[in-house]
Amino acid sequence: MDESTLKIVVLVKHVPDAQFDRHLSGPDSRTDRSESILSELDEYALEAALQLSEARGGEAAGNRVIALTMGPAGAANAVKKSLQIGAGEGVHLSDEALAGSDAAATSLALAAAIRHLGEVDLVLTGMASTDGETSLVPAQLAERLGLPQVTFASTLEVKDGTVTARRDGDSHSELIEAPLPALVSVTDQVNEPRYPNFKGIMAAKKKTITTLSLADIGVDAGSVGSAGSWTTVLAAQPRPPREQGVIITDEGDAGIKLADFLAARKLI
Amino acid sequence: MAKILVYIDNPTAELKRSSRELVSLAGALGEAVVASPGPFADSTAAELGARSVSTVYLPDSDALGGYLVGPKAAFLAEAAKASGAAAVLLENSFDGKEIAARLGIKLTAGVITDVVGIDEALTATKSVLAGSYTVQAKVTTPVAVFTVKANSVEISEPAGGSAPGSVTVPVPEATAGAARITGRTEKPASGRPDLGEARVVVAGGRGVDGDFGPVEELADALGGAVGASRAATDAGWIEHSAQIGQTGKTVSPQLYISAGISGAIQQKAGMQTAKVIVAVNKDAESPVFEIADFGVVGDLFQVLPQAAAEIRKRKGQA
Ligand SMILES: Cc1cc2nc3c(=O)[nH]c(=O)nc-3n(C[C@H](O)[C@H](O)[C@H](O)COP(=O)(O)OP(=O)(O)OC[C@H]3O[C@@H](n4cnc5c(N)ncnc54)[C@H](O)[C@@H]3O)c2cc1C
Ligand SMILES: Nc1ncnc2c1ncn2[C@@H]1O[C@H](COP(=O)(O)O)[C@@H](O)[C@H]1O
Repeated sequence: MDESTLKIVVLVKHVPDAQFDRHLSGPDSRTDRSESILSELDEYALEAALQLSEARGGEAAGNRVIALTMGPAGAANAVKKSLQIGAGEGVHLSDEALAGSDAAATSLALAAAIRHLGEVDLVLTGMASTDGETSLVPAQLAERLGLPQVTFASTLEVKDGTVTARRDGDSHSELIEAPLPALVSVTDQVNEPRYPNFKGIMAAKKKTITTLSLADIGVDAGSVGSAGSWTTVLAAQPRPPREQGVIITDEGDAGIKLADFLAARKLI
Repeated sequence: MAKILVYIDNPTAELKRSSRELVSLAGALGEAVVASPGPFADSTAAELGARSVSTVYLPDSDALGGYLVGPKAAFLAEAAKASGAAAVLLENSFDGKEIAARLGIKLTAGVITDVVGIDEALTATKSVLAGSYTVQAKVTTPVAVFTVKANSVEISEPAGGSAPGSVTVPVPEATAGAARITGRTEKPASGRPDLGEARVVVAGGRGVDGDFGPVEELADALGGAVGASRAATDAGWIEHSAQIGQTGKTVSPQLYISAGISGAIQQKAGMQTAKVIVAVNKDAESPVFEIADFGVVGDLFQVLPQAAAEIRKRKGQA
């Protein structure tokens, strides 16, 4: 077993299910969140947290895995799912004034919520939210919390108070090292997330989700939401569906026909 | 005229296509200036001058290369303040977005990622929700930060001009406690164009069954890059950096040829803004055909080599 225990906060987001058509609506083109799920990329962060905790004897040994989300009422479902998968505690930051927050405002509110949870060893996040897709929040959180930032980790180890990770780039891969406490975002290469099992679902019923408001974490309503955001969406247009193209069945000359098509489109 | 600051991360190499695009865009929006973690090679500095870059901002430390993101963002914030730039442009890579993210907090500046166009009023155009919407967005703070996708901007002709002047700015933040790069493994160069910037991408999926030969042959006939689905990269048939999709690269080439890929939502997220999409799949029911401009229901091991041979013939290379 590994040395010291860890207190880990995992950031989980409730996002529209990408298997369905997703829509922007309303005057400021907000994402419609009716058919939403726990962002599948955050399951990798949760799995990484659970593995780190289990390697140190889990909750019984004093390790803590806290799932934190920020979002409207429905977002509590992302925390509930995390508790079923294995997180020990859940926190839901929810406040009307948060609606319309961009990455800057989101990171401000999440940073305050994390500080509210006291000293933590690790903040774990997904590589991107599957709706916002900006990957801005982890880096902005690290900046706001003054934590070393280890992002896009495709492997992750914690030993002797040090995080080690591999980060794969285009032309090279890098080994990254940082002291705890640190913020780490993980990719979908880092592990294979588990599913909630029956035992986990039953156990989750006994776990509590703490709901926090902006007042609880000492954040002024004007510094988040649309008012506190530093970007604004002016207009949105659905992309016209791609025109149905020509589909042929190969009769021995499809490669030639493919070349004809490319030539006609001036692509050769 | 407002200054527009471009961040170029690799000063020792020749300018990348994406850097040329950013400098062209900056020149169209105002006076182009550049920040870089180290001095440029003479030929590159000359090219920047010819592209009307007036000033290059450099750090007073040569240690930035050894750290991840944080100290680079700290330097860039100083460069932005020293130049008084109205906007900062970065490439839309992982590193580019993260430097932008931290820069935004340091400057109290809004950040817009995945940008494909910026007009004179600094309104940015981007696509969201995996390409299903196009939005126009604006930064509401005095300084704006944008990460711009490759292949979005026409590269303007160099107008001629002398090498830019340089200004050294201090790197304020102690690098103590920042994440350090302790090891680096170079990947072998393929000799093909960079996937993120390529005008043509030929991608293979589970259907190649371990053999990327036909995909590479067609890519080479077209002078394109090779991509892959996650099924192919997970199987270890090709490097992870070739993965296209939600958790891989997002590409917008002139031509995307998909071979032996079914077209799952996560794959489409990375390629459906391509100008022209061609699909080769032996299953006529594959969802990839729904977004193809030209589809072949057939065996990629027959169709791809035949197409490659025909293309070489037409180019007079057979
Ligand atoms: C969190 C998450 C993130 C993901 N991110 C990505 C991502 O970034 N990119 C990505 O691609 N996927 C991603 N996926 C996986 C995605 O859901 C699909 O599983 C994957 O794209 C399937 O790859 P494929 O099309 O190559 O394989 P399959 O779906 O198995 O399709 C293979 C296709 O090849 C065809 N075929 C077989 N033999 C031949 C032949 N000889 N000639 C012609 N056609 C042939 C078959 O008809 C079939 O349509 C992600 C999944 C998750 C859960
Ligand atoms: N509203 C939110 N609540 C909790 N976590 C979030 C939220 N928004 C972003 N995150 C975390 O930040 C990561 C990157 O999100 P993004 O910057 O939006 O692409 C996600 O994978 C989450 O771990």
